This record gives sequence, C-alpha cells and structure tokens, in this order.
Amino acid sequence: MLELPRRLRERGVLGINRRNAEYVRLWNPRRLYPLVDDKLRTKQLAIAAGMPVPELYAVVTAQHDIRNLPEVLKNRQQFVVKPAHGSGGNGILVITGKQGDLYLKSSGAVIDWAELNHHISNALSGLYSLGGQRDKVLVEYFVQSEAELEKISYRGVPDIRLIVYRGYPVMAMIRLPTHLSDGKANLHLGAVGVGIDLSQGVTLQGVQGIEVVESHPDTGNQLAGLEIPHWDRILRMSAECFEMTGLGYLGVDLVLDQKHGPLILELNARPGLAIQIANSTGLRSRLELIDEHADSTDTLENRLAFSRQHFAA
Amino acid sequence: MKKLPLYLTVGVLVAAGLSLILYKVLVLGFPLQPDKERSIWTVQARFTVDGHTRPVKAILQVLSSTPGFTVLDENFVSRGFGLTIVEEEGTREAQWAIRRAAGRQTFYYQAVVTTELSGAVEAPAPIGLVSERLEEPYATAAEAVVAQVRAQSADVPTFTAELLRHLNDPEPDENTALFLASGRSLGQRVEIAVSLLLAGDIPARAAYGLVLEEGERHAQFSPVLEVWEGDSWLWFDPATGEEGLPENVLIWWDGDKPLIDVVGGSNPEVEISTWRNTVDALQLAEQRADAGNSRVLDFSLLRLPIQIQAVYQILLLVPVGAFMMVLLRNVIGVKTFGTFMPILVALAFRETRLVAGLILFVLVVALGMGLRFLLDRLRLLLVPRLAAVLVLVVLCLLAVSILSHQLELERGLSVALFPLVILTIAIERMSIVWEEVGPAEAIKQGLGTLAVSALAYLVMSLDQVEYMVFVFPESLLLILALILLLGRYSGYRLLELVRFKALGGEDA
Repeated sequence: MLELPRRLRERGVLGINRRNAEYVRLWNPRRLYPLVDDKLRTKQLAIAAGMPVPELYAVVTAQHDIRNLPEVLKNRQQFVVKPAHGSGGNGILVITGKQGDLYLKSSGAVIDWAELNHHISNALSGLYSLGGQRDKVLVEYFVQSEAELEKISYRGVPDIRLIVYRGYPVMAMIRLPTHLSDGKANLHLGAVGVGIDLSQGVTLQGVQGIEVVESHPDTGNQLAGLEIPHWDRILRMSAECFEMTGLGYLGVDLVLDQKHGPLILELNARPGLAIQIANSTGLRSRLELIDEHADSTDTLENRLAFSRQHFAA
Repeated sequence: MKKLPLYLTVGVLVAAGLSLILYKVLVLGFPLQPDKERSIWTVQARFTVDGHTRPVKAILQVLSSTPGFTVLDENFVSRGFGLTIVEEEGTREAQWAIRRAAGRQTFYYQAVVTTELSGAVEAPAPIGLVSERLEEPYATAAEAVVAQVRAQSADVPTFTAELLRHLNDPEPDENTALFLASGRSLGQRVEIAVSLLLAGDIPARAAYGLVLEEGERHAQFSPVLEVWEGDSWLWFDPATGEEGLPENVLIWWDGDKPLIDVVGGSNPEVEISTWRNTVDALQLAEQRADAGNSRVLDFSLLRLPIQIQAVYQILLLVPVGAFMMVLLRNVIGVKTFGTFMPILVALAFRETRLVAGLILFVLVVALGMGLRFLLDRLRLLLVPRLAAVLVLVVLCLLAVSILSHQLELERGLSVALFPLVILTIAIERMSIVWEEVGPAEAIKQGLGTLAVSALAYLVMSLDQVEYMVFVFPESLLLILALILLLGRYSGYRLLELVRFKALGGEDA
C-alpha cells in the first residue's frame, strides 16, 4: 500500500500538491500571471522580445466588432479563433477552409457565419474563461505542420511542451493529436504525449491517458527515435521565456511551422505533470539538481549547456 | 523552520478549541454525545368545554405520584377562571371555576417530566382503599373467585397475575363470568380486578398510563392495575398480567375518578399531546453554569433566539463540508464542478434525504441540460442564456414537485430546497464540458460531484458531528487547524498514484 508512494518519491515524481506548494507558489509571483493567462499579452510580449509567434489577424474585444470580421478575414482561407483566457484548449476553433458564408472546421464539419458569430460572442461573454469574466478573442494564423512531424500525427498540429525552471529547460514532450482528441493537442482530450531527450531532441516513448504507448494509435507509426527539427532554436526560445516573463516555473508551448519554423504558441504558469509519464522520469529530481547548481548570474548559454548535459534521456 | 509559524498557529487553535471544549465538558457538565441527553418530556392536556352563561366548574385529574418520573415543571392556563388544586387520597385534581362563562372555554395543563433525575420511587401508602360491600350474588361469587385464586397463588404478585389470568380467560368460569357480564373492556376488567383484590383484602386501584411518544398529538390512556404489596406499589398490565411498568409509560392519575368532570358546562373534550425536548439536557447544564456565574454561557449559541439557532445548526456544518472538500480534492484528488458546490448540494440533501436527493438532482440536471441544448440553437448571449436556464430550472423543480405530489411521493416536494443558482451553474458547466470534452467526461465529473456531495452529506448528517459543532462551536477551531495543516500537505494525491503508476513500476 505504501510501496507505490515510496517508489514514486524515490524516482523524484512531482505531485500536484508539491508542484503548487514548492514551485508554483515560490517561483511564480501572482502579479505575473496576467502575462501568461492572457494570450494576447503573451503574444505582444513575445513580439517585443523578438520571438516568433503565429501572426495575429484580428482581436475582437466587443460584440459589435464581430461584424467587421468577415471583411478583415476576406483574404484568409485558414485561421484559428482563440479566446484570450481560454484554458486547456477550450473555445479554440480551427477554420481550415472557407466558401462564401460557410466555414470548414478542422474536424471536417461545416458551419455558417451565424454559428461562428455565436461561438465568438460566447467566448467574449467569458464562456471559456476561468471565472467567466469578459474575454477577448484572437484570430490568428493557422500553423502548417512541419512535414517531419506529419509522420507521427493524425490531423491537427502537434505542439511541443517544455518545462523551464529558473531559466533551465527541464523536460520536454511533443503532444500529438489523435482521432480521440479530435485533432487537438490536449492530453486530457486523448492526445498522445511523447517524451523528448533534451540533449538531442529525439523522441522517446509515448503516453495516452495514463498508459504507455509505443506507436501512434491512429497511424501506427513508431513514436520513438524521431528527431525534432530546429531543436537548438526550440531550446533557446523556451529558456528565453524565463527572462521574458520572470516566471520561474513555466510551461512553454511551441509549434513547428513549415514556413516559419518554431513559433511560441502560449505559456503556462501551472504546467501539467503528465510530461513525467511521457519521459518516464520524475521532474523533482531534475528541479532539485537545478536548485543545487543554479546561480542568478547564469548566462543563457550556460543554462542551455547544463540542461543538455544533465537532462538527456 | 519554514513551517514553524504554521505549527504555532495550529497549536494555538487546537489549544483554544480543546480547552473550551474541556471546560464545557468537565466544569459545566455538557454531555459530549447527543445520546447522553436526558430525555425530558412535555405532556399537555388541552381541555375544552362549552359554557352557557352559568357558573362553570371544570375538573381535570393531573399528575400526582409519577412512578419513574420526576415532574420538573407544571403550568395551568385558563382565561379568567379561578384555579384550585385539590389533593386527597393519593389523587390530585385541578379545579377551574368561574361565575359566568359563555362560549367555548379552553384550559391547558402542561407538565415537564424526566426519567433521569428521579431517585427511588416514592410510595405513598394506600389510604381508604377498602372493599365496598358487594350485593348478592356478587358477594358470594367474589368470595369464591378469591378463594380459588388464593389457592393457586403464593403471594400478592402471583395472586394478582392469577386473578388477571382468570379475567382474561376467553371462557371464564361461572363466578368470574358473573363479573364480566357487564362488559369486558380493558377498563372494566381493571375495575373488576380492583374490586376482587379489595375483596381479598389487597389494596388495589386503577391507574391510567400514558405512553410517551415524540410528537404525539392525540395520546390515549391505557389502564394499569396498581396493587399494594405491603411496602410498595406494583403495576400490572391488565391485558397480559405482566408485572412492571414500562419505562416510557407515565402514570397520569389513579383511582376511579374520570379524567375530566364538568359542572355547568357541556360538551367537554380533552386532547393529550406529548413531545420530547432535545436540548433540555443542555439547559440543565446551562442552569448549572448560571448558578456558578460562568461567563462562557453568555456567549453561547443556545442563548440565541430559536430561529437563529436553527440557521446556525446548518451554517455550522458548512465548515465541516469545507474540510471534506479539502480532504477530497487535495488528498484524494477528486474532480468536481465548482470547488464548494458539493457542500451546497449536500446541505440540500439534508432536507431531501440522500436517495431521493440523488434522484431528484440527476432528474433536474438532466432535464435542465436537455432544455439548455435546445436553447443553444437560439444563439443567445451568455447572461441571457444563464437567466433562461435559471427560469427553466425553476419550472423543472415545479414540474418535479407537482408530478411527485400527484404520484404521492412526499420526498419529491422537497426538491424546491435545492439551491437554484447552484443547479443552474451545474447545468451550464456540465453542458460546456459535454460539448468541449465529450459526454463521458461531463458524466464523470457530474458523478464525481454527486459522490463528493453524498459523502459530505453522510458526514455532515452524523448525529455526533451535528451535535459537536452546534453545542461546541469551538470545535470549528479544531477543523480550522486541520484545514491549515492540510493546506501545507505536499505529498501525492491518492488519484495521482493511479496516474503515475507507470512511473512506479518495478523496472521503470
């Protein structure tokens, strides 16, 4: 009975309570949360820091702005509608094609303008935001998945999650949309998480729900051994997010675009813990290693070197 | 140590809470358990009679010697009547009199009795219980019966039992049958037994006992046979012949007088009610505290008006529920809709009872969700839609209440006690999860909420818990201390162990 918690502790597995008490509470000051909770502010911050992000087409802040959208989007065939405060992928609508008044969703369903309008108006009312406050809606570039990653994903764009602690990349995984997750890269919806060797940027085993999987459940392709393109830049960008936000315990979500390479998608002040299963490694031992070595004067180069050296698979 | 301030705070809270509780228990004598309460009963006779603008005298037999009970308090209420209490030959009666009375007159007699405080039963010796001279052929028959019964018995108890056996015999012998000819109701059999016992020189009389039952509005008296055995009274159940007085039977009056008697009035009626007082044991402790000039009680909940007390009886349970939520969410790791919604649902379950509550909750939420999905087609903005769902929830509640009333299901009526806004929010959040993540997750979280609510309800409705927080509100300090301690719990949640099982394997 007490065997399992003891083994988990020995392997440095981090639980929610400890993550909140010892890392999030200590390293993420509450006043910095709005920087990452509001996707619009994150985007503006990233642009100011010179980091690539998906291009912003429009921001809707009031109900009456919605009617201007068709005009603004008239030359866009594909775009993504995203509530600024949506959590866990809630309220994100991906439009992959357009024909007059009709819009094609990534799931293959067709909706008309009225339905799209309703969705945006719901999002503005705060349907998808925590606490239901009024929200803003972002309309942005629809990322075209990197060809290399197409092999191991099923409809939708995989994204890469890194945990960055005090500016050191600690752990990484790539989240692959599945049929079950309806093309979304959210683990709790059924997407597959695949661990990544931090030093080489090569995929390890996958996990769906709480089960370890060797191959993609829809395509059957082997998950392990794939080299993530642009790994150097990805690591560097994620580490820079520490300076950008000041948050010491950070989840960085990136996507790989065919044309633009790695783009910062969003940041998270309370990143989930499933990444540990995907890497079959506990976070805590790595975090403690950083606590032993970290020095506030560490340069970006030193941090990246440290992470690559110590956090190989 | 980082945690020192926490432990200090917790220590202070525990010390304060425990010392107040101990003071109340050890010094003031508060009972620690609800069943330690003394059972204190109030009995009331409501006596009505029609007056006809003539002098009226109304007589009611009242409690005199109450074996096994102590009378704590007595009240006589009437309007404009003079009251005299007459005690004679072991009976006691209240006589209300007035020169002119018109219309329906009402008298109340109320007494508070308890079993707990009475010591040895006082036994006033029988006075004037002698055999009347019996007419023939009764005199001869009585002699024969007494002789026969005496031959078959050894002492007073066996004599009485044997006599009652004779009287209860469906085919009595000739002599006994002679007495039974005038009627064989229980009351009449007791009367016959009394005259036969007196004929055998054993002092005896009829007594009328009241079975004490909670909330009884129309209590009935049952006759008991009282027999004097040299130094004490014995009681016999005339129907079975068994000796002894059941614990919950209060002897109201004895002798051959009727309960009520009226001179100058007509249409007399009497209605007896009995009820139990639950907090009276505490009142005893309070009275004791008063005598000792304790200031603690001045700040007690029990000094608040009754309606306010009733509110706090529920409010004080909320912290218990909150503690359960901390336990279930941070230690077990259950997901629910809303952090504290389950507490409110659990409070509603208190009114509906668990099974009915669960069924009603599922029913209303399912109905509401169905209607909400229909509403969704109208493309309403969020706030108007929530308002519309709220209206629909009220209608659903009404429909369920009316339907269950038609089907004569009492519990269905209590559905109205569900907190409305909570239901509405539950419906809204559940339908969002339903749309965004899928029905499976929505149902899973819904069931999680219900399970947590049910568990919180079960804990909150434990008599001991309810009693502790109400009588010892300082126990909330202990709960607060526990919550603070759990607030720094950084170990794994129980459900995380399942989640991370793959990481804890032997060969991982």
